[in-house]
Amino acid sequence: MYRIVTKKVLNPSVTQMEIEAPLVARKARAGQFIILRVDDEGERIPLTVAGCDAGRGTVKIIFQIVGATTALLGAKNEGEYISDFVGPLGRATETEGVKKVCVVGGGVGCAIAMPAAQEFRRLGAEVTSIIGFRSKDLVILTDEFEACSDRMILMTDDGSAGRHGNVTVPLKELLESGERFDRILAIGPLVMMKFVAEAARPFGVPVVVSMNPIMIDGTGMCGGCRLSLVHEGKRITKFACVDGPEFDGYEVDFDEAMTRGRMYSEFERHAYEETCRLLGRA
Amino acid sequence: MAIQQKKHEMPTQAPSVRAHNFDEVALGYTEDIAVEEAQRCLNCKNRPCVEGCPVRIDIPDFIAKVKERDFEGAYGVISKSSSLPAVCGRVCPQETQCESKCTLGIRFEPVGIGRLERFVADRHNESAPAAPERPAPNGHRVAIVGSGPSGLTCAGDLARAGYEVTVYEALHTAGGVLVYGIPEFRLPKRIVAKEVEGLKALGVKVETNVVIGRTLTIDELFDTGFEAVFIGSGAGLPNFMGIPGESLVGVYSANEFLTRSNLMKAYRESPTTPIMKGGRVAVVGGGNVAMDAARTALRLGAEKVYIVYRRSMEELPARREEVEHAEEEGIDFRLLNNPVEILGYTNPDDLRDPKNGSVIGMRCIRMELGEPDASGRRRPVEIPGSEFVLDVDTVVMAIGTSPNPLIKDTTDGLEVNRRGGIIVNEDGLTSRSAVYAGGDDVTGAATVISAMGAGKTAARAIDAYLSGK
Repeated sequence: MYRIVTKKVLNPSVTQMEIEAPLVARKARAGQFIILRVDDEGERIPLTVAGCDAGRGTVKIIFQIVGATTALLGAKNEGEYISDFVGPLGRATETEGVKKVCVVGGGVGCAIAMPAAQEFRRLGAEVTSIIGFRSKDLVILTDEFEACSDRMILMTDDGSAGRHGNVTVPLKELLESGERFDRILAIGPLVMMKFVAEAARPFGVPVVVSMNPIMIDGTGMCGGCRLSLVHEGKRITKFACVDGPEFDGYEVDFDEAMTRGRMYSEFERHAYEETCRLLGRA
Repeated sequence: MAIQQKKHEMPTQAPSVRAHNFDEVALGYTEDIAVEEAQRCLNCKNRPCVEGCPVRIDIPDFIAKVKERDFEGAYGVISKSSSLPAVCGRVCPQETQCESKCTLGIRFEPVGIGRLERFVADRHNESAPAAPERPAPNGHRVAIVGSGPSGLTCAGDLARAGYEVTVYEALHTAGGVLVYGIPEFRLPKRIVAKEVEGLKALGVKVETNVVIGRTLTIDELFDTGFEAVFIGSGAGLPNFMGIPGESLVGVYSANEFLTRSNLMKAYRESPTTPIMKGGRVAVVGGGNVAMDAARTALRLGAEKVYIVYRRSMEELPARREEVEHAEEEGIDFRLLNNPVEILGYTNPDDLRDPKNGSVIGMRCIRMELGEPDASGRRRPVEIPGSEFVLDVDTVVMAIGTSPNPLIKDTTDGLEVNRRGGIIVNEDGLTSRSAVYAGGDDVTGAATVISAMGAGKTAARAIDAYLSGK
């Protein structure tokens, strides 16, 4: 059993928790993920590590309440326990040789982009952060991004905070004005990552994206997290859990990933409604 | 008294009933049937059956005890060699191992050794056995990576020899393939849980939720005081055929399909983990895993289930009993057929149609057998122009696995072969001193019993190494 040490509601649908898991806290690095089960009958869900404190033995997770499991998790309080918490899984963010980076985060993806931005900063890179949300009340982590960025650009789809528009608008402007990044790291909805890659392609700036597909074991056994990439003109299969979760944004077949991501949407909607009823929220 | 020529039949659930439930298919011998079957054993002098057993159970000795109705005595004989008798009695391919060597089998059917083993183990477990005596600790610590058949066997043998053993398991439940892979109707989970409890009673510690290669490395295990490590991390990433359409919605690896159903209990009424239920299913492959996936699909409510295999029944590698059971249950075997493409649905008028990207069929080609290939089996060759479409909406690929890269990538000096399998010598020793390995991570996908044999060999070698230290 793993104890919830702290819990903080970041916006109406996004919650941050620190979980006591000393072995994971000792090892986890930016870009890696964990898998948890809330209770003994629960499903296994992957969540990216949003930070960790090896001294206190805690791992920070930030999650959006989108389905049954995240709703159950969100209903847990400080001092309570979850059944399982395993990690760190996947490969850490590649930082070598990156002197100037643009970190692009979308929605709750910003929670994953944030530790990567902090890591680049710690290693001395010049960090530009572009973070986007649907509207003002969904904005999270601006202080954290301010603190680790040389330049931070906040965007909202409806213009209620920061600039009006999506994250590709300022990215294109920067690239067109001659800014040259060693790398763009994009983390957010699949469609956002797809368009970041498209925006950067004419400029030839390397784009890395973080994929978060459906997953069960997370250790390289089930193959549910497979993705198609086009590498040197050839279609290849990769597994997000052991080969990723970060991949070359120019190679990922986003359309296929979007289709696969919807595989159980009907089931998940029912499960979510059922859980909300049980939790007395609906 | 003339010897009964055939094995005593195994009582089973009727095919029409069992095709709709997840309860165990084979019900097990009764005491009287077991004693009668035991009387078929000739107790021959050269004991060829023992040679056929990867863990060298003293088969004639345990059968002799069954004859005398000394069932606990029989259990004592088996458990000297096997840590998991209730498991092996159910899942071993006896027809190619012990029973294939049986002297009686030269003229008649061999003795039902597997069925007797299962009877003895179940009888023992039902009798609420006293906790085993814990051996005096010898002060040495050994870490085991993975709680599947090889790891549990190695752990059991070492614990019985007085070692302090810790088993690390990546998943949330111990048992490895015995819980995520082999379905309930063939190996009930309570039996695996019982075997694991037995090991814990011997003093074995089981740490779940630890991924060796990520949470801890092999080197860190040594740093924390372990003197030897056994790697039994099992099969790895599922293989796919590399044909178009394998990423469509409704295409699973057998590992994923079975894990969803077995480990995550997707077969239950209101599971938290979803799975495709019903419809028309094609399982590609001919091994035990393919049979398990096909029969699971049937029980999940599929209206039609095919096994698509590119060779003929003669080459089909699954355990004979599973094939017979599958046929009885109505699985349709499409032999000498090979998939060439999985077809997906696209609505040209509506890109948001939720059915877009789902499987609507699988194009196959008929095969014929040519000359024998490297495996000694006749090579299947395509018959030109024989393509046809199988009407299915779910496809399960059960064509084997490739070794998991996590441990290899994080352990300096651990040598692997071209396919990624860990290289070991005859004692199970890897290229790293004090690091042993066995099971699917060495051989590629094989059987439970061969993994157990490897765990046993390594336990013996670890004991020799550490007791000489």
